[in-house]
Amino acid sequence: MSNEQIKNLEEIFEARIARDEKIEPKDWMPEKYRKTHIRQMSQHAHSEIVGMLPEGNWITRAPSLRRKAALLAKVQDEAGHGLYLYSACETLGVSRDELYEQLHSGKAKYSSIFNYPTVTWADMGAVGWLVDGAAIINQVPLCNTSFGPYARAMVRVCKEESFHQRQGFEIMLKLCNGSQEQKDMAQDALNRWWWPSLMMLGPTDAESIHTEQSMKWKLKRKSNDDLRQQFIDQTVPQAELLGLTIPDPDLKWNDEKGVYDFGEINWDEFWQVVKGHGPCNKQRMKARVSAWENGEWVRDAAMAYADKKEARKLKEAI
Amino acid sequence: MSKNWPLWEIFVRSKNGLEHRHFGSLHASDAEMALENARDVYTRRSEGVSIWVVESTNITASNPEHNGELFEPAQDKVYRHPTFYDLPDEVKHM
Ligand SMILES: [Fe+2]
Ligand SMILES: [Fe+2]
Repeated sequence: MSNEQIKNLEEIFEARIARDEKIEPKDWMPEKYRKTHIRQMSQHAHSEIVGMLPEGNWITRAPSLRRKAALLAKVQDEAGHGLYLYSACETLGVSRDELYEQLHSGKAKYSSIFNYPTVTWADMGAVGWLVDGAAIINQVPLCNTSFGPYARAMVRVCKEESFHQRQGFEIMLKLCNGSQEQKDMAQDALNRWWWPSLMMLGPTDAESIHTEQSMKWKLKRKSNDDLRQQFIDQTVPQAELLGLTIPDPDLKWNDEKGVYDFGEINWDEFWQVVKGHGPCNKQRMKARVSAWENGEWVRDAAMAYADKKEARKLKEAI
Repeated sequence: MSKNWPLWEIFVRSKNGLEHRHFGSLHASDAEMALENARDVYTRRSEGVSIWVVESTNITASNPEHNGELFEPAQDKVYRHPTFYDLPDEVKHM
Protein backbone atom coordinates (compact mmCIF):
# COMPACT_ATOMS: atom_id res chain seq x y z
CA MET A 1 0.00 0.00 0.00
CA SER A 2 1.32 3.46 -0.87
CA ASN A 3 1.76 6.15 1.76
CA GLU A 4 -1.01 8.12 0.11
CA GLN A 5 -3.43 5.19 0.38
CA ILE A 6 -2.54 4.67 4.02
CA LYS A 7 -3.09 8.33 4.76
CA ASN A 8 -6.45 8.13 3.08
CA LEU A 9 -7.43 5.06 5.13
CA GLU A 10 -6.27 6.79 8.29
CA GLU A 11 -8.49 9.77 7.57
CA ILE A 12 -11.51 7.55 7.01
CA PHE A 13 -10.63 5.71 10.22
CA GLU A 14 -10.32 8.85 12.35
CA ALA A 15 -13.59 10.13 10.91
CA ARG A 16 -15.35 6.92 11.93
CA ILE A 17 -14.17 7.35 15.50
CA ALA A 18 -15.13 11.01 15.50
CA ARG A 19 -18.66 9.92 14.44
CA ASP A 20 -18.71 7.61 17.49
CA GLU A 21 -18.56 4.48 15.35
CA LYS A 22 -16.96 1.48 17.03
CA ILE A 23 -13.87 -0.22 15.65
CA GLU A 24 -14.05 -4.02 15.61
CA PRO A 25 -11.03 -6.37 15.58
CA LYS A 26 -11.06 -7.29 11.88
CA ASP A 27 -11.51 -3.69 10.69
CA TRP A 28 -8.57 -1.92 9.13
CA MET A 29 -6.74 0.14 11.75
CA PRO A 30 -3.49 2.11 11.87
CA GLU A 31 -0.64 0.06 13.33
CA LYS A 32 -0.28 2.63 16.09
CA TYR A 33 -3.91 2.17 17.12
CA ARG A 34 -3.40 -1.59 17.35
CA LYS A 35 -0.18 -1.28 19.35
CA THR A 36 -1.54 1.36 21.71
CA HIS A 37 -4.61 -0.78 22.40
CA ILE A 38 -2.60 -3.90 23.03
CA ARG A 39 -0.42 -1.93 25.43
CA GLN A 40 -3.25 -0.26 27.33
CA MET A 41 -5.59 -3.27 27.48
CA SER A 42 -2.84 -5.67 28.53
CA GLN A 43 -1.60 -3.23 31.16
CA HIS A 44 -5.14 -3.05 32.42
CA ALA A 45 -5.47 -6.86 32.43
CA HIS A 46 -2.16 -7.27 34.27
CA SER A 47 -3.32 -4.75 36.89
CA GLU A 48 -6.48 -6.77 37.55
CA ILE A 49 -4.46 -9.96 37.93
CA VAL A 50 -1.64 -8.54 40.08
CA GLY A 51 -4.33 -6.63 41.99
CA MET A 52 -5.59 -9.92 43.39
CA LEU A 53 -2.40 -10.39 45.40
CA PRO A 54 -2.65 -7.63 48.05
CA GLU A 55 -6.23 -8.65 48.87
CA GLY A 56 -5.65 -12.37 48.54
CA ASN A 57 -3.30 -11.85 51.47
CA TRP A 58 -6.29 -11.40 53.82
CA ILE A 59 -8.80 -13.99 52.60
CA THR A 60 -7.78 -16.63 55.14
CA ARG A 61 -7.70 -14.06 57.95
CA ALA A 62 -10.95 -12.20 57.32
CA PRO A 63 -12.63 -11.47 60.68
CA SER A 64 -15.94 -13.18 59.86
CA LEU A 65 -17.49 -15.56 57.37
CA ARG A 66 -19.48 -12.67 55.86
CA ARG A 67 -16.32 -10.66 55.23
CA LYS A 68 -14.49 -13.70 53.93
CA ALA A 69 -17.21 -14.59 51.42
CA ALA A 70 -17.33 -10.97 50.20
CA LEU A 71 -13.55 -10.64 49.87
CA LEU A 72 -13.31 -13.97 48.08
CA ALA A 73 -16.03 -12.88 45.65
CA LYS A 74 -14.28 -9.56 45.06
CA VAL A 75 -10.91 -11.17 44.34
CA GLN A 76 -12.63 -13.66 42.03
CA ASP A 77 -14.20 -10.72 40.17
CA GLU A 78 -10.76 -9.19 39.67
CA ALA A 79 -9.61 -12.47 38.11
CA GLY A 80 -12.65 -12.24 35.83
CA HIS A 81 -11.79 -8.65 34.90
CA GLY A 82 -8.30 -9.75 33.98
CA LEU A 83 -9.73 -12.53 31.79
CA TYR A 84 -12.26 -10.27 29.98
CA LEU A 85 -9.44 -7.88 29.21
CA TYR A 86 -6.92 -10.49 28.09
CA SER A 87 -9.48 -11.94 25.72
CA ALA A 88 -10.32 -8.46 24.37
CA CYS A 89 -6.59 -7.96 23.82
CA GLU A 90 -6.22 -11.26 22.00
CA THR A 91 -8.72 -10.12 19.36
CA LEU A 92 -5.90 -7.87 18.09
CA GLY A 93 -3.77 -10.87 17.24
CA VAL A 94 -1.51 -11.10 20.26
CA SER A 95 -1.47 -14.42 22.14
CA ARG A 96 -2.14 -14.94 25.83
CA ASP A 97 1.31 -16.45 26.21
CA GLU A 98 2.99 -13.36 24.76
CA LEU A 99 1.03 -11.19 27.17
CA TYR A 100 2.06 -13.27 30.18
CA GLU A 101 5.63 -13.27 28.94
CA GLN A 102 5.57 -9.44 28.79
CA LEU A 103 4.31 -9.27 32.37
CA HIS A 104 6.72 -11.85 33.75
CA SER A 105 9.77 -10.36 32.05
CA GLY A 106 8.92 -6.89 33.37
CA LYS A 107 8.41 -5.52 29.87
CA ALA A 108 4.75 -4.73 30.56
CA LYS A 109 3.62 -2.50 33.39
CA TYR A 110 0.72 -2.82 35.79
CA SER A 111 -0.84 -0.27 38.10
CA SER A 112 1.84 0.69 40.62
CA ILE A 113 -0.62 0.87 43.52
CA PHE A 114 -0.49 -2.92 43.84
CA ASN A 115 3.15 -2.69 44.89
CA TYR A 116 2.11 -1.44 48.30
CA PRO A 117 1.66 -3.93 51.15
CA THR A 118 -1.63 -4.72 52.91
CA VAL A 119 -0.55 -4.85 56.54
CA THR A 120 -3.82 -4.76 58.51
CA TRP A 121 -7.43 -5.79 57.99
CA ALA A 122 -8.32 -2.10 57.62
CA ASP A 123 -6.34 -2.13 54.37
CA MET A 124 -9.09 -4.30 52.87
CA GLY A 125 -11.45 -1.46 53.66
CA ALA A 126 -9.16 1.26 52.33
CA VAL A 127 -8.34 -0.67 49.15
CA GLY A 128 -11.99 -1.28 48.30
CA TRP A 129 -13.00 2.26 49.13
CA LEU A 130 -10.06 4.19 47.60
CA VAL A 131 -8.34 1.92 45.08
CA ASP A 132 -11.53 0.50 43.57
CA GLY A 133 -13.01 4.00 43.86
CA ALA A 134 -10.18 5.47 41.78
CA ALA A 135 -10.41 2.53 39.37
CA ILE A 136 -14.12 3.23 38.81
CA ILE A 137 -13.35 6.86 37.98
CA ASN A 138 -10.79 5.68 35.44
CA GLN A 139 -12.99 2.96 33.98
CA VAL A 140 -16.45 4.47 33.61
CA PRO A 141 -15.42 6.72 30.67
CA LEU A 142 -13.88 3.67 28.96
CA CYS A 143 -17.31 2.09 28.52
CA ASN A 144 -17.58 4.45 25.52
CA THR A 145 -14.10 3.93 24.13
CA SER A 146 -13.72 3.38 20.39
CA PHE A 147 -12.51 -0.23 20.33
CA GLY A 148 -15.58 -2.48 20.59
CA PRO A 149 -14.15 -5.41 22.58
CA TYR A 150 -12.56 -3.04 25.12
CA ALA A 151 -15.76 -1.04 25.55
CA ARG A 152 -17.83 -4.21 26.03
CA ALA A 153 -15.38 -5.59 28.59
CA MET A 154 -15.49 -2.30 30.48
CA VAL A 155 -19.28 -2.35 30.68
CA ARG A 156 -19.12 -5.71 32.46
CA VAL A 157 -16.25 -4.57 34.68
CA CYS A 158 -17.99 -1.38 35.75
CA LYS A 159 -21.17 -3.23 36.67
CA GLU A 160 -19.15 -5.39 39.05
CA GLU A 161 -16.95 -2.69 40.55
CA SER A 162 -19.59 -0.91 42.57
CA PHE A 163 -19.93 -3.88 44.93
CA HIS A 164 -16.16 -3.75 45.45
CA GLN A 165 -16.18 -0.17 46.56
CA ARG A 166 -19.25 -0.57 48.76
CA GLN A 167 -17.86 -3.62 50.57
CA GLY A 168 -14.65 -1.65 51.24
CA PHE A 169 -16.49 1.35 52.58
CA GLU A 170 -18.60 -0.90 54.80
CA ILE A 171 -15.43 -2.35 56.33
CA MET A 172 -14.20 1.19 57.06
CA LEU A 173 -17.56 2.20 58.49
CA LYS A 174 -17.62 -0.77 60.84
CA LEU A 175 -14.10 -0.05 62.09
CA CYS A 176 -14.85 3.65 62.54
CA ASN A 177 -17.86 2.81 64.68
CA GLY A 178 -15.83 0.37 66.74
CA SER A 179 -13.24 0.69 69.52
CA GLN A 180 -10.56 3.40 69.56
CA GLU A 181 -8.06 0.81 68.40
CA GLN A 182 -10.22 -0.10 65.41
CA LYS A 183 -10.71 3.53 64.51
CA ASP A 184 -6.95 4.11 64.70
CA MET A 185 -6.46 1.17 62.41
CA ALA A 186 -8.84 2.69 59.87
CA GLN A 187 -7.08 6.07 60.08
CA ASP A 188 -3.71 4.40 59.64
CA ALA A 189 -4.93 2.61 56.51
CA LEU A 190 -6.25 5.89 55.06
CA ASN A 191 -2.92 7.57 55.84
CA ARG A 192 -1.03 4.94 53.88
CA TRP A 193 -3.43 4.55 50.91
CA TRP A 194 -4.48 8.15 50.28
CA TRP A 195 -1.45 9.40 48.35
CA PRO A 196 -0.86 6.23 46.32
CA SER A 197 -4.56 6.37 45.33
CA LEU A 198 -4.11 9.92 44.01
CA MET A 199 -1.04 8.79 42.07
CA MET A 200 -3.04 5.91 40.63
CA LEU A 201 -4.89 8.38 38.39
CA GLY A 202 -1.64 8.94 36.52
CA PRO A 203 1.04 11.61 36.09
CA THR A 204 -0.01 15.27 35.83
CA ASP A 205 -1.28 16.47 32.45
CA ALA A 206 1.96 18.35 31.88
CA GLU A 207 3.90 15.06 32.21
CA SER A 208 1.48 12.74 30.48
CA ILE A 209 2.80 11.77 27.05
CA HIS A 210 -0.11 9.83 25.58
CA THR A 211 -3.02 12.09 26.41
CA GLU A 212 -3.74 13.86 23.12
CA GLN A 213 -3.76 10.80 20.88
CA SER A 214 -5.66 8.84 23.52
CA MET A 215 -8.33 11.52 23.71
CA LYS A 216 -8.87 11.29 19.94
CA TRP A 217 -9.30 7.52 20.13
CA LYS A 218 -11.53 7.85 23.19
CA LEU A 219 -9.10 5.76 25.21
CA LYS A 220 -9.22 8.72 27.51
CA ARG A 221 -12.10 11.15 27.85
CA LYS A 222 -10.87 13.29 30.72
CA SER A 223 -7.33 14.25 31.64
CA ASN A 224 -5.52 12.70 34.62
CA ASP A 225 -5.74 15.94 36.58
CA ASP A 226 -9.49 16.22 35.99
CA LEU A 227 -10.01 12.61 37.08
CA ARG A 228 -7.91 13.21 40.19
CA GLN A 229 -9.91 16.29 41.09
CA GLN A 230 -13.14 14.34 40.63
CA PHE A 231 -11.82 11.59 42.90
CA ILE A 232 -10.79 14.02 45.64
CA ASP A 233 -14.04 15.96 45.51
CA GLN A 234 -16.14 12.85 45.89
CA THR A 235 -13.95 11.14 48.48
CA VAL A 236 -13.41 13.95 51.00
CA PRO A 237 -17.07 14.03 52.12
CA GLN A 238 -16.98 10.23 52.46
CA ALA A 239 -13.97 10.50 54.79
CA GLU A 240 -15.84 13.12 56.82
CA LEU A 241 -18.76 10.74 57.13
CA LEU A 242 -16.39 8.13 58.52
CA GLY A 243 -14.92 10.68 60.92
CA LEU A 244 -11.44 10.20 59.45
CA THR A 245 -8.87 12.84 58.54
CA ILE A 246 -7.36 12.97 55.06
CA PRO A 247 -3.57 13.06 55.54
CA ASP A 248 -3.06 16.34 53.67
CA PRO A 249 -2.64 19.58 55.67
CA ASP A 250 -3.15 21.63 52.49
CA LEU A 251 -6.50 20.08 51.67
CA LYS A 252 -9.07 22.88 51.70
CA TRP A 253 -12.40 23.65 50.05
CA ASN A 254 -12.00 26.36 47.44
CA ASP A 255 -15.27 28.27 47.40
CA GLU A 256 -14.42 30.20 44.28
CA LYS A 257 -13.59 27.18 42.11
CA GLY A 258 -16.06 24.86 43.81
CA VAL A 259 -13.43 22.13 44.28
CA TYR A 260 -10.93 21.04 46.91
CA ASP A 261 -7.40 22.39 46.76
CA PHE A 262 -4.85 19.78 47.73
CA GLY A 263 -1.17 19.46 48.57
CA GLU A 264 1.82 18.51 46.48
CA ILE A 265 1.97 14.87 45.35
CA ASN A 266 5.32 13.14 45.82
CA TRP A 267 5.95 12.17 42.19
CA ASP A 268 9.44 10.94 42.99
CA GLU A 269 7.85 8.17 44.99
CA PHE A 270 5.49 7.40 42.11
CA TRP A 271 8.32 7.06 39.57
CA GLN A 272 10.37 5.00 41.99
CA VAL A 273 7.53 2.51 42.34
CA VAL A 274 6.90 2.48 38.58
CA LYS A 275 10.59 1.74 38.00
CA GLY A 276 10.38 -1.30 40.26
CA HIS A 277 11.54 0.07 43.58
CA GLY A 278 8.23 0.01 45.48
CA PRO A 279 7.84 -1.95 48.70
CA CYS A 280 6.42 -5.08 47.02
CA ASN A 281 7.39 -5.04 43.31
CA LYS A 282 9.68 -8.04 43.62
CA GLN A 283 7.27 -9.99 45.78
CA ARG A 284 4.37 -9.43 43.36
CA MET A 285 6.35 -10.49 40.33
CA LYS A 286 7.71 -13.52 42.11
CA ALA A 287 4.19 -14.61 43.06
CA ARG A 288 2.95 -14.30 39.45
CA VAL A 289 5.95 -16.03 37.90
CA SER A 290 5.90 -18.90 40.36
CA ALA A 291 2.14 -19.40 39.91
CA TRP A 292 2.75 -19.66 36.17
CA GLU A 293 5.75 -21.96 36.44
CA ASN A 294 4.34 -24.21 39.14
CA GLY A 295 1.10 -24.49 37.19
CA GLU A 296 2.80 -25.71 34.06
CA TRP A 297 2.46 -29.42 34.82
CA VAL A 298 -1.26 -28.92 35.50
CA ARG A 299 -1.77 -27.17 32.16
CA ASP A 300 0.22 -29.90 30.38
CA ALA A 301 -1.68 -32.70 32.11
CA ALA A 302 -5.04 -31.14 31.19
CA MET A 303 -3.95 -30.83 27.56
CA ALA A 304 -2.63 -34.40 27.46
CA TYR A 305 -5.91 -35.65 28.92
CA ALA A 306 -7.93 -33.68 26.34
CA ASP A 307 -5.81 -35.12 23.51
CA LYS A 308 -6.23 -38.65 24.87
CA LYS A 309 -10.01 -38.28 25.11
CA GLU A 310 -10.13 -36.91 21.57
CA ALA A 311 -8.05 -39.82 20.26
CA ARG A 312 -10.29 -42.35 22.02
CA LYS A 313 -13.38 -40.75 20.54
CA LEU A 314 -11.89 -40.99 17.05
CA LYS A 315 -10.96 -44.62 17.57
CA GLU A 316 -14.46 -45.52 18.74
CA ALA A 317 -15.93 -43.78 15.72
CA ILE A 318 -13.91 -46.07 13.45
CA MET B 1 7.56 -25.80 24.95
CA SER B 2 4.27 -27.41 25.78
CA LYS B 3 1.07 -27.01 23.81
CA ASN B 4 -1.11 -24.04 24.79
CA TRP B 5 -4.76 -24.40 25.67
CA PRO B 6 -6.91 -23.41 22.69
CA LEU B 7 -9.22 -20.39 22.65
CA TRP B 8 -13.01 -20.84 22.90
CA GLU B 9 -15.78 -18.38 22.11
CA ILE B 10 -18.51 -18.22 24.72
CA PHE B 11 -22.21 -17.69 23.96
CA VAL B 12 -24.71 -17.25 26.79
CA ARG B 13 -28.52 -17.32 26.79
CA SER B 14 -29.42 -14.89 29.56
CA LYS B 15 -32.96 -16.28 29.94
CA ASN B 16 -35.29 -18.60 28.13
CA GLY B 17 -36.94 -16.82 25.25
CA LEU B 18 -33.76 -14.95 24.33
CA GLU B 19 -31.05 -16.04 21.90
CA HIS B 20 -27.51 -16.99 22.89
CA ARG B 21 -25.29 -13.93 22.66
CA HIS B 22 -21.51 -13.71 22.33
CA PHE B 23 -20.02 -12.87 25.74
CA GLY B 24 -16.28 -13.17 25.12
CA SER B 25 -13.67 -15.89 24.96
CA LEU B 26 -11.42 -17.94 27.19
CA HIS B 27 -8.77 -20.65 27.11
CA ALA B 28 -9.48 -24.26 28.08
CA SER B 29 -8.00 -27.66 27.30
CA ASP B 30 -11.31 -29.10 26.05
CA ALA B 31 -14.99 -28.27 25.58
CA GLU B 32 -15.98 -29.54 28.99
CA MET B 33 -13.44 -27.33 30.75
CA ALA B 34 -14.45 -24.41 28.52
CA LEU B 35 -18.03 -24.82 29.79
CA GLU B 36 -16.92 -24.94 33.42
CA ASN B 37 -14.64 -21.93 33.03
CA ALA B 38 -17.34 -20.02 31.16
CA ARG B 39 -19.68 -20.60 34.11
CA ASP B 40 -17.11 -18.98 36.42
CA VAL B 41 -15.93 -16.21 34.14
CA TYR B 42 -19.17 -15.07 32.53
CA THR B 43 -22.07 -16.08 34.78
CA ARG B 44 -21.03 -15.28 38.36
CA ARG B 45 -24.18 -13.22 38.87
CA SER B 46 -26.83 -15.39 37.23
CA GLU B 47 -26.24 -13.84 33.82
CA GLY B 48 -27.23 -17.03 32.06
CA VAL B 49 -29.33 -20.19 31.86
CA SER B 50 -27.46 -21.84 28.99
CA ILE B 51 -23.93 -21.71 27.60
CA TRP B 52 -22.50 -22.65 24.20
CA VAL B 53 -18.77 -22.97 23.70
CA VAL B 54 -17.20 -23.07 20.23
CA GLU B 55 -13.53 -23.45 19.55
CA SER B 56 -12.48 -20.14 17.97
CA THR B 57 -10.70 -21.79 15.04
CA ASN B 58 -14.07 -23.24 13.97
CA ILE B 59 -15.58 -19.82 13.33
CA THR B 60 -15.46 -18.40 9.83
CA ALA B 61 -15.97 -14.64 9.82
CA SER B 62 -16.74 -12.31 6.94
CA ASN B 63 -14.02 -9.84 6.06
CA PRO B 64 -14.95 -6.20 6.74
CA GLU B 65 -13.03 -5.26 3.60
CA HIS B 66 -15.73 -7.04 1.61
CA ASN B 67 -18.56 -5.25 3.40
CA GLY B 68 -19.31 -3.28 0.25
CA GLU B 69 -20.10 -6.21 -2.05
CA LEU B 70 -21.64 -8.17 0.84
CA PHE B 71 -24.02 -5.68 2.39
CA GLU B 72 -24.44 -2.71 0.08
CA PRO B 73 -26.76 -4.48 -2.40
CA ALA B 74 -29.44 -4.35 0.31
CA GLN B 75 -29.30 -0.58 0.43
CA ASP B 76 -31.01 0.12 -2.91
CA LYS B 77 -33.83 -2.37 -2.31
CA VAL B 78 -36.14 0.04 -0.56
CA TYR B 79 -39.14 -1.93 -1.88
CA ARG B 80 -38.37 -4.47 0.85
CA HIS B 81 -39.66 -1.99 3.40
CA PRO B 82 -43.34 -1.25 4.07
CA THR B 83 -42.86 2.53 3.81
CA PHE B 84 -42.03 2.14 0.08
CA TYR B 85 -45.71 1.60 -0.74
CA ASP B 86 -47.99 4.66 -1.09
CA LEU B 87 -51.39 4.03 0.39
CA PRO B 88 -54.15 6.55 1.16
CA ASP B 89 -54.57 7.52 4.82
CA GLU B 90 -58.09 6.08 4.85
CA VAL B 91 -56.71 2.54 4.72
CA LYS B 92 -56.66 1.33 8.30
CA HIS B 93 -54.94 -1.62 9.99
CA MET B 94 -52.19 -1.97 7.43
FE1 LIG C 1 -11.38 -4.88 38.66
FE1 LIG D 1 -12.44 -4.02 41.76
